[in-house]
Amino acid sequence: MANQPEPVRDAKPKYTQLFINNEWVNSSSGKTFEDKDPATFEKIADVQEGDAADVDKAVKAAKEAFKLGSPWRRMDASQRGRIINKIADLIEQNTQLLASLECRDVGKPFVHAVGDVQKAVNVMRYSAGWADKISGKTIPVDGEFFTYTRLEPVGVCAAIVPWNNPIALLTWKVGPALAAGCTLVVKPAEQTPLTTLHFAQLCKEAGLPAGVFNVIPGYGPTAGSALAKHMDVDKISFTGSTEVGRLIMKASAESNLKKVTLELGGKSPNIVFADADLDEAVEVSHLGLFFNMGQSCSAASRTYVQEEIYDQFVAKSTERAKKKTVGDPFDPKNESGPQVDGMQYKKILELIESGKKEGAKLMTGGAKIEGKGYFIQPTVFADVTDNMRIAREEIFGPVQQIIKFKTIEEAIERANDTSYGLASAVHTKDINKALTLANSLRAGTVWVNTYHAIRPQAPFGGYKESGTGREHGEEGILEYCEIKTVTIKVPHKNS
Amino acid sequence: MPNQPEPIRDAKPKYTQLFINNEWVNSSSGKTFEDKDPATFEKIADVQEGDAADVDKAVKAAKEAFKLGSPWRRMDASQRGRIINKIADLIERDSQLLASLECRDVGKPFAHAVGDIQAAAKELRYCAGWADKISGKTIPVDGEFFTYTRLEPVGVCAAIIPWNFPLALLTWKVGAALAAGCTLVVKPAEQTPLTTLHFAQLCKEAEVPAGVFNVIPGYGPTAGSALAKHMDVDKISFTGSTEVGRLIMKASGESNLKKVTLELGGKSPNIVFADADLDQAVEVSHFGLFFNMGQCCTAASRTYVQEEIYDQFVAKSTERAKKKTVGDPFDPKNENGPQVDDEQYKKILELIESGKKEGAKLMTGGAKIEGKGYFIQPTVFADVTDNMRIAREEIFGPVQQIIKFKTIEEAIDRANDTAYGLAAAVHTKDINKALTLANSVRAGTVWVNCYHVVTSQAPFGGYKESGTGREHGEEGIHEYCEIKTVTIKVPHKNS
Repeated sequence: MANQPEPVRDAKPKYTQLFINNEWVNSSSGKTFEDKDPATFEKIADVQEGDAADVDKAVKAAKEAFKLGSPWRRMDASQRGRIINKIADLIEQNTQLLASLECRDVGKPFVHAVGDVQKAVNVMRYSAGWADKISGKTIPVDGEFFTYTRLEPVGVCAAIVPWNNPIALLTWKVGPALAAGCTLVVKPAEQTPLTTLHFAQLCKEAGLPAGVFNVIPGYGPTAGSALAKHMDVDKISFTGSTEVGRLIMKASAESNLKKVTLELGGKSPNIVFADADLDEAVEVSHLGLFFNMGQSCSAASRTYVQEEIYDQFVAKSTERAKKKTVGDPFDPKNESGPQVDGMQYKKILELIESGKKEGAKLMTGGAKIEGKGYFIQPTVFADVTDNMRIAREEIFGPVQQIIKFKTIEEAIERANDTSYGLASAVHTKDINKALTLANSLRAGTVWVNTYHAIRPQAPFGGYKESGTGREHGEEGILEYCEIKTVTIKVPHKNS
Repeated sequence: MPNQPEPIRDAKPKYTQLFINNEWVNSSSGKTFEDKDPATFEKIADVQEGDAADVDKAVKAAKEAFKLGSPWRRMDASQRGRIINKIADLIERDSQLLASLECRDVGKPFAHAVGDIQAAAKELRYCAGWADKISGKTIPVDGEFFTYTRLEPVGVCAAIIPWNFPLALLTWKVGAALAAGCTLVVKPAEQTPLTTLHFAQLCKEAEVPAGVFNVIPGYGPTAGSALAKHMDVDKISFTGSTEVGRLIMKASGESNLKKVTLELGGKSPNIVFADADLDQAVEVSHFGLFFNMGQCCTAASRTYVQEEIYDQFVAKSTERAKKKTVGDPFDPKNENGPQVDDEQYKKILELIESGKKEGAKLMTGGAKIEGKGYFIQPTVFADVTDNMRIAREEIFGPVQQIIKFKTIEEAIDRANDTAYGLAAAVHTKDINKALTLANSVRAGTVWVNCYHVVTSQAPFGGYKESGTGREHGEEGIHEYCEIKTVTIKVPHKNS
């Protein structure tokens, strides 16, 4: 993108209703909910609130659109790809509005919101390219048979999208689902529905057939739960907390055993060896934690530093955090905005207090920022030990933990001593340390001398309680496929 | 195998204890359970009964064997393959004893038990070949990075094995798990533990390191449940009823979100068009239902016959069922043995009664066979309609349903009108009918002019409530892998 767009400070959403069968409709109940700006506490808009009855309509529409013989099922795979590319084009054309809406909804700095919109475009283009390359195989089975596999679309997919990177994470699910030929019902987070709603209109404009893509804004316990339990939903993909991930899996078990993909929480270890480039490691570790106000499932929330460089690292990290500018996300001088809502804000402050109580050394920050908006001071704790709550529980806020270690074996053990397993990083110049750590850490992603490098090309997802399944890469596409094996009797086979 | 082994009628198991860490031990509680022969009601042996405490020990052993740096983790992948091939050799060496034990335990005709043992050896050989071919990729991501994926073993795997093909289905899970480098705790069905226990000794003989393979004989609600809920089990693979499959998924959601593979029930449609080879279709359909006394998850339990040939088909199928020889499974003249236990026996007879009550036309059979053993008469119902219980519920017994249809569109609709989706078949000579049906029926396996062709090379598993995940083929191996993405910052990348 050649030119950075200018922010539209008072951007108003054009679409605030439910999107079912390519039409904008009100909720069955007539209820609405307020969508607020966490930097100013102002209401951005009233959004129609969907519940189980609306989910039912949307699923019916998605099921109809998935029927054998429907326009979507009869379409060439390459044409699906063209439509997905067209949606990418439209996102790009609407960058200014989408980034401004995202900035108001989430509170993330405007330039990061622009980055998110660009990422959404990239994911759609990547997925578009896969559409006509989703291949089964022919297989040399024993006996007089001809056997092949087909990768069919799994069917009606529910996608529950979180509030930390709304439009970007929406495309992680929608891109592959459409590429594979599925139909969708999406529930955006209630804190941040606006860009998903605008996206729906872009799908219609791009020529996506009615019923293929539907959006039900609403709450988890009502709309989200209805999707998770629905007997006509073939698959659910959820990004959010581990706690809710469990509910989703249980709901699948109690309904129709729908396929489940979960992208959950993390407490990712970030290991800095004495031979690392110190300044680079400090900066990368800082961004690894503080990016998006700490609201990343893959946040570098346990920074293990080898003892030889520990004091220097703590000093430099503290200085870096002190320099962080926090305020109005539309003002380009601010690196951080507010936390997304009151619930997160309270939880983070409570965990900060636990850090103080349990004896961590507060180097900077440690309190809220007075005034309007959910702003928290960038906080650094040193001398953290593994048993402290701030070292075990996911904070999802601007709070960095720095922890001392001695040997590589110890680093591996302590890094793996968690029920999470989403991401990890190692900072070193030594090839043996890099590869040993990379192979030993039980996490879906390992970064070496970098952080938050997530790309549509490479699979992303959790070990252990950080989730099940992968998004991105070929694996992300396959998550939306169901494999069918066809075996045909033949008179005389030859190899 | 050139020579068929002779059956050992009174074959006694050598191993009846728990197998933990390459040692045979008694259960913690000291309890045993009786393993009975369903053809004679005689006790074959007393087997040690494991419960949660024993599961705990086994999981500890499996976890220890999976630790970084363990012999199993340090072993070349090709060496894992060699060990798996060695186990296959030992299965073949002991095939006479194994087939005799299987025949006593399940009640299946001896020749079929021999076939099961051969299938088990073949399965292991197939998986052995995969061990050093489980490959990640290098991926051309955007930016100055070098990115690769590794397919790591998912970890400690629980395998719960059913009673219908004990040794064969054991190898479906064990072969892939060992090839991928996982460790296992297996719970065989309480009705049929003997061949799994003998297999454990063969693993030890083949030098599978201690703790890599463990067996806890016992019951579902105790030992099975303990495995499903265990916080140190990384993955569970279950073959059995849909009802228990739900419990397994819930247990995962309530414990540590362990990965879940489920191979569940079915009500598979078997569609015969007027242009099919009639005699071949009758025989294949008969075999598709009655094989293994109807005790197959893939049984051809809804046979749809096009109206032009319906009467002939019913007449020939009835005649074929009347000719079926049922009795002592060790006697080579018998095509069928007994059902596996009293619970199944009662359930099947109850469903037969429902068929009569709901108005299906009983052509032959329809009652138990008097005398010792759980023997049921081969039963054929004609004029079955889709709403009858015998057309909707899984019977898992020697009861064939024949149903009339008119058009191909109707056949597809009615075939797909089920919550199950495990297998399906179509009998026709017409290429368009064959491919249309194959592509339209929502089932994990579609057979054309054949049935029950399940091979190690091609993926097998369920759509919808018939399960999640695939066994066999490359996909079956990947079920035991966890994908890790490693991204390394580089100074200057080139394509």
